Amino acid sequence: MSIILDKVNYSYSEGTAYHVQALKDINLKIEDGEFIGIIGHTGSGKSTLIQHMNGLIKATSGGIYFNGQDIYDEDFSMKELRSRVGLVFQYPEHQLFETTIFDDVCFGPKNLGLDKKTVELRAFEALRNVGFPHELFYQPPFDLSGGQKRRVAIAGVLAMKPEVLILDEPTAGLDPAGRDEILGLISQMHKELGITIILVSHSMEDVAKYVDRIIVMNQGSVMYDGAPKDVFRQYKDLEAVGLAAPQVTYLMHELHAQGLPVDLDATTIEEAKRSILEVLK
Amino acid sequence: MGIIKTKGLVHDFIRRDEEDNVESITTALDHVDLDVKEGQFIAILGHNGSGKSTLAKHINALLSATEGTIWVDGMDVSEEENVIPVRKSAGMVFQNPDNQIIANIVEEDVAFGPENIGVPTEEIWERVEKSLGAVRMTKYRNHSPNKLSGGQKQRVAIAGVMAMEPKCIVFDEPTAMLDPNGRKDVLKAAHELNETKGVTVLLITHYMEEVVDADYVYVMENGKIIMDGTPREIFSRVEELKAHRLDVPQMTLLAHELRQAGLPIPQGILTREELIEAIMKVK
Repeated sequence: MSIILDKVNYSYSEGTAYHVQALKDINLKIEDGEFIGIIGHTGSGKSTLIQHMNGLIKATSGGIYFNGQDIYDEDFSMKELRSRVGLVFQYPEHQLFETTIFDDVCFGPKNLGLDKKTVELRAFEALRNVGFPHELFYQPPFDLSGGQKRRVAIAGVLAMKPEVLILDEPTAGLDPAGRDEILGLISQMHKELGITIILVSHSMEDVAKYVDRIIVMNQGSVMYDGAPKDVFRQYKDLEAVGLAAPQVTYLMHELHAQGLPVDLDATTIEEAKRSILEVLK
Repeated sequence: MGIIKTKGLVHDFIRRDEEDNVESITTALDHVDLDVKEGQFIAILGHNGSGKSTLAKHINALLSATEGTIWVDGMDVSEEENVIPVRKSAGMVFQNPDNQIIANIVEEDVAFGPENIGVPTEEIWERVEKSLGAVRMTKYRNHSPNKLSGGQKQRVAIAGVMAMEPKCIVFDEPTAMLDPNGRKDVLKAAHELNETKGVTVLLITHYMEEVVDADYVYVMENGKIIMDGTPREIFSRVEELKAHRLDVPQMTLLAHELRQAGLPIPQGILTREELIEAIMKVK
């Protein structure tokens, strides 16, 4: 199972003074079971890119293939694509609207045309998978804390049983513990449910800690695509395009420059700690 | 008395059903005592729902207290005739820049605030000029705000507040929606206002790194202030902060972990420079 983007271009307001080329010649292959981070400054094309992956935006040119099928083919069901590639928008809790939490999670699968029993089973399972307390299932969603609301919103997408889950800055506006909880949850869904995860994030620390592969977007193009270590090794280039490496990377480079032979590839607190202790022992 | 002072400030959110019977009461502020001196850069930490934003709204007279008193620039906020003067003294910058921008042109947006409080036209343009300069957005003065990046929009919003020449600005998670560069620019603008114009700043944030340069930190939980001190004092209490759903800056955390593993690294490390120095001493 995979998503392939083949020379995808997207531009809007073509032929006017406001013409913008939002994506330029994007070639990507997303394999089954990957955990990918997409980084890039505001306006670099991240959101446009992920909206192509579940067919919300149609490429101006180029092709997108989901499990080998051309999604722009007339026979291809976009509805099915959207249930298999779930997209969690920024601040998804703003989209909660039902009178109870349970009904809200039912909304997605209900729209897939499933029978009532299956819908309810899926909602139940999704809420359980995001670790939501059972006693709150039939409460209105509006009194919950920010982090709890976001769990409900993620459950709503999870109830569609997607194979790929794309999350656009899922931790924005949450407190540190809320951030850790949501990221822990996403990582757990990746491991236990085998869902492919694509995470758009502004936090280099989070990306370094969780993902296996980073795609760096800059001015509508893919600037780097590789393992976190390889990408963050280019920290000077990242800075030039308004990004940065995790703070640990800077620390390690400076220690190294002062003659301490620490591991320059360390990007997380855990890795830095191990390397520093090793060198000093 | 400081520029912002609260004494036993309580705020209850009361929910009523259709027949006006009380359904539930949530105490968002629970006897808060605060005293902020003019010219300080204050940070307020606390998890989601701890009462930070409720406190901010009191400073701007957007909410009225259930119990207790709050004074802004010496004025009791609960007095009806003080509401407008209080809002002139204390400006506010919110989380989402898109909710705060109303005009089609950057400079008109910045002029909106002073115009509303009756500043003469001549002076409005002087203030717009100065404010845009202070947030380094002068070159975008004739642009449409919706073409700007999040960080730039947020700086326009700050200029709009600045143009009303408040003595104090409350920033309620101004960087939550921004990318790393936007975050840096907004923080820099807030610090510059504080240092060069002497504006008192109250910064509410979830990013521990943004707190490092503050003069004083308050930590809130369940509507109460549970810790206060300098950033160094607060971030020395790593385990305690974690128990309150908060965190410490990355460098403080790494220093803490190294110390736990037996390295003689001192408490209260905040920056990369300090950690490097401490590690090189061990060597």
